[in-house]
Amino acid sequence: MTLYGTDLMALLPELIIVVTACLIIALDPITPASRRDILAWLSVGALALCLGLTGGQINVLNVRVSAFSDLVVIDAYARFWKILLYGVTGLTILMSLPYLKAERVHLGEYYGFILLALSGMMVMVSGADLLTIYLGTELMSLSLYVMTGLNRSKPRSLEAAAKYFVLGAFSSGILLYGISLLYGLAGSTKLVSIAGAIGTRGADDSLVLIATILIAVGFGFKLATVPFHMWTPDVYQGAPTSVTAFMAVASKAASFAAFMRVFVEGLGGLKGDWSFLFLLISVATLVLGNVVAIVQTNIKRMLAYSSIAHAGYALIGFVAAGRGVGASGGTPGLASIMIYLALYSFMTLGAFAVIGMLRKGVVEGEEIEDFTGLAKRQPLAAFLMLVFMGSLAGIPPTAGFIGKFYVFMAAVEAGLAWLAAIALIFAAVSAYYYMRVVMVMYMRDPNPSSVAQPRLVTSPALSFVLACAVAGVILFGLFPNPLVSFALQSVLTLK
Amino acid sequence: MTSSFPWLSLLLVLPLAGAIAMYFATESSARWIALVATLADLFVALPLWWLFDPQAIQMQFTEHVAWVTTPPIYYSLGLDGISLPLVLMTAGIMPLCVMASWNAITTRVRGFMAMLLVMEVAMVGVFIALDFVLFYVFWEAMLIPMYLLIGVWGGSNRLYAAIKFFLYTLAGSLLLLVAILVLYFYGGHTFDILAISQGSYPASLQMWLFLAFFAAFAVKVPMFPFHTWLPDAHVEAPTAGSVILASILLKMGTYGFLRFSLPMLPDASRAFTPMMVVLSIIAIIYGAYMALAQVDLKKLIAYSSVSHMGFVTLGLFVLNQQGIEGAVLQMVNHGITTGGLFLCVGMIYERTHSRLIADNVGLAAPMPQYATLLVIFALSSLGLPGTNSFVGEFLVLVGTFLWSKAATAFASLGIILAATYLLWMIQRVVFGVPSPHHLPKLRDLSQRELATLVPLALLVFLIGLFPNPFVSRMHQSVTNTIASMSRAKVAPTAHPSAGGTAPLLAESGEQLNPQGPSR
Repeated sequence: MTLYGTDLMALLPELIIVVTACLIIALDPITPASRRDILAWLSVGALALCLGLTGGQINVLNVRVSAFSDLVVIDAYARFWKILLYGVTGLTILMSLPYLKAERVHLGEYYGFILLALSGMMVMVSGADLLTIYLGTELMSLSLYVMTGLNRSKPRSLEAAAKYFVLGAFSSGILLYGISLLYGLAGSTKLVSIAGAIGTRGADDSLVLIATILIAVGFGFKLATVPFHMWTPDVYQGAPTSVTAFMAVASKAASFAAFMRVFVEGLGGLKGDWSFLFLLISVATLVLGNVVAIVQTNIKRMLAYSSIAHAGYALIGFVAAGRGVGASGGTPGLASIMIYLALYSFMTLGAFAVIGMLRKGVVEGEEIEDFTGLAKRQPLAAFLMLVFMGSLAGIPPTAGFIGKFYVFMAAVEAGLAWLAAIALIFAAVSAYYYMRVVMVMYMRDPNPSSVAQPRLVTSPALSFVLACAVAGVILFGLFPNPLVSFALQSVLTLK
Repeated sequence: MTSSFPWLSLLLVLPLAGAIAMYFATESSARWIALVATLADLFVALPLWWLFDPQAIQMQFTEHVAWVTTPPIYYSLGLDGISLPLVLMTAGIMPLCVMASWNAITTRVRGFMAMLLVMEVAMVGVFIALDFVLFYVFWEAMLIPMYLLIGVWGGSNRLYAAIKFFLYTLAGSLLLLVAILVLYFYGGHTFDILAISQGSYPASLQMWLFLAFFAAFAVKVPMFPFHTWLPDAHVEAPTAGSVILASILLKMGTYGFLRFSLPMLPDASRAFTPMMVVLSIIAIIYGAYMALAQVDLKKLIAYSSVSHMGFVTLGLFVLNQQGIEGAVLQMVNHGITTGGLFLCVGMIYERTHSRLIADNVGLAAPMPQYATLLVIFALSSLGLPGTNSFVGEFLVLVGTFLWSKAATAFASLGIILAATYLLWMIQRVVFGVPSPHHLPKLRDLSQRELATLVPLALLVFLIGLFPNPFVSRMHQSVTNTIASMSRAKVAPTAHPSAGGTAPLLAESGEQLNPQGPSR
């Protein structure tokens, strides 16, 4: 394999991110603690640069640039996810600044790890080869394990990191086993070759099916779908809130992106088989996620189950894509997942930003009860939380409704109206726990005897994050057109 | 008729602007801003009554702007003879709600008024939306404001009532969303309500869709047995919330049946008619019996609403001109009368801090003006000739008579029971003998309270004595609805009907019920 300049140019954004990450880790020891903000701004600058590069990389849609002998592709589909990931990472970094200071873990390497995780995600969404995708997944996961355990003084943070590591490593093993089986069958790990091999061997080859199931299980862990969701609540609760937000949004988006590419481009010949498998998984996921979220008292845990449920909704779009018939094929289903996850990012980031602001003395107020009477003390913050909760519940005119609308539309188009009906009934169930947060904020008076009234720690960076999140939730709820057409155009390169 | 001036958008923008202005307002100015915004809305709505052309068979004052391209969703508005009275009623009731909350709401006034105004946007939007998705957005957008109105400013058991209201109505309306999507793919890939109404759909599909519509609309009406959220919500809501619920929110359910179920799913509507009539009659009699047993004034009126809304659904589903016209008129009448009754209860609650009949006995002597108005609304509610409800209920019963004589007999029982519980209530509250140690000195109605109640009382007699202007405006639209149920249907096409003004029917169809004498 020869390296060409064009290959390196194609990967320029990834290279910039990796170099910046290394630079930050190198600069960290020589930066005085009071000036660590510079590292955060450096990483935001790198993100802005990459946003410009990625945006300009593909001028013509439908063009697919392969680099490194087809190990990675630069196409509109990857561009959609990368732009989303830059935005999410940038907002997470801004959210982390005040949060980490308040938690007294403002460490420079945090920004390095978040950029390394991002570079892993970028490789995942661009990977056209199972090993490239695996590499990206591992880079992302390893960085996330470290970030989860960032709060070394908190046993819960360490426990979460350990759990996440063990289960994550286990799932990577399963994924790798599936990849190795496919390699044995196709003689290559390239998605194109695998698709070809499946075409010649036929879809009912049992070895192909076993490999498919193993890969589905491996991705199931990353996506936190039932029954592979067990790590989610503990990790989401234990990790620092900004890391939780990053995991809930960015790692989910990247995993979905890679998952969709693998199953559509590589294993597309097995549509009939995997769409049934994911039908079962999606129903189980949204039922369990929504029902168990009801009984949670810790808001981060509740949002963990809610994120499980949201993965279930997004999977419905994937089932619809697998069942897709007619001229449009699976495009509406795949596009609906992209729309759903993009909109889900705004509301989830916003909700976690509000949670990160809430302080009870020196510790974080993360019980739902801590939100009691927030509307009286901090009307604006309570209103923002109301918007995010309403959006997560899918009430129009917020972005959450638009996301659900497109997913269910794809489902009904694929003849799965009954599945949409089940999912919507559980959306009503989910409204109960989202509205409970609203109820606590608006309708309960704070207990006057409690000493430590939770208060909000605000900062300009955090206000900016909240403004972006709420603008995304409301503007895309009212004017979804730009996002929808962007997703519909981008999905066309996935085939 | 395409109007160049965006009347209907203005109807939506004014309250929305008021709601946004609340963010910058002070607690004391909030009331005035809300009053100005709602009155401005009323003054925009009123001219529509005269500008409306009763002969036209098309939607009027239409607006049609592309909203989402894939799938084609339009910001599409229009009025016909069915939505016109409901829009006017909404615009008329809202200033009264603001005035009724003037002194009753003392905490977080800005938020309260903002929620009232957002509710107005959503409610008017529901009645004028001509795009199914737009309709659904308005339909759902009122959930959170109403949830907050009940939950933040409500009575002691408000948390339970608020979440019950929220979950009941949400669960019902989510199935509506699936039905809308199914109709999109069966109905020529359009969300245009008029185009979907012209399509024909397989009978078995219609049954499923009817049930999905039913889940959404029957909860809202509420029809027996989905009514259990109503008494809780009414009792716990602040006065303005109760008035909005009773006068406007409940009408959205019956409006949904009339606008969607009947024209889109005519075969299923016919097939389900016996069930709907039976449920309506159960609601009429059961609601009345429950009202008889209540000791709480608000609960009494809440159950009387269940009973009265039974008349509306009865009139709709006998599927003839008289029944449907009576039902539409009764929707407005119930809004006026029950709105008035809830306002009366709110006013007495501000004085005695009790809604129990036993604590509010013998008000005729200390409060003669109040007593007079309460009696007027009660008599209107029981359908005394000369008042509005008489006309509406009479039309419904005539329509029912053409469908089944037995059903008419059972429904009439509801009127007798209504007379019983209302007159008994009047006997105690107005003319009863108070226990001497009980009543504090009560002042009669203030100017503001009179200004709240008198317009409604005038409307009671205006519609009761001169119903013709009201009925004539809805006549053509009701005829269209019935005709569109029996006309041979064609598969609708995806064209966004030019300017949204596609006529509901191309040729005048025959009436569904041939033996029904034309009025």
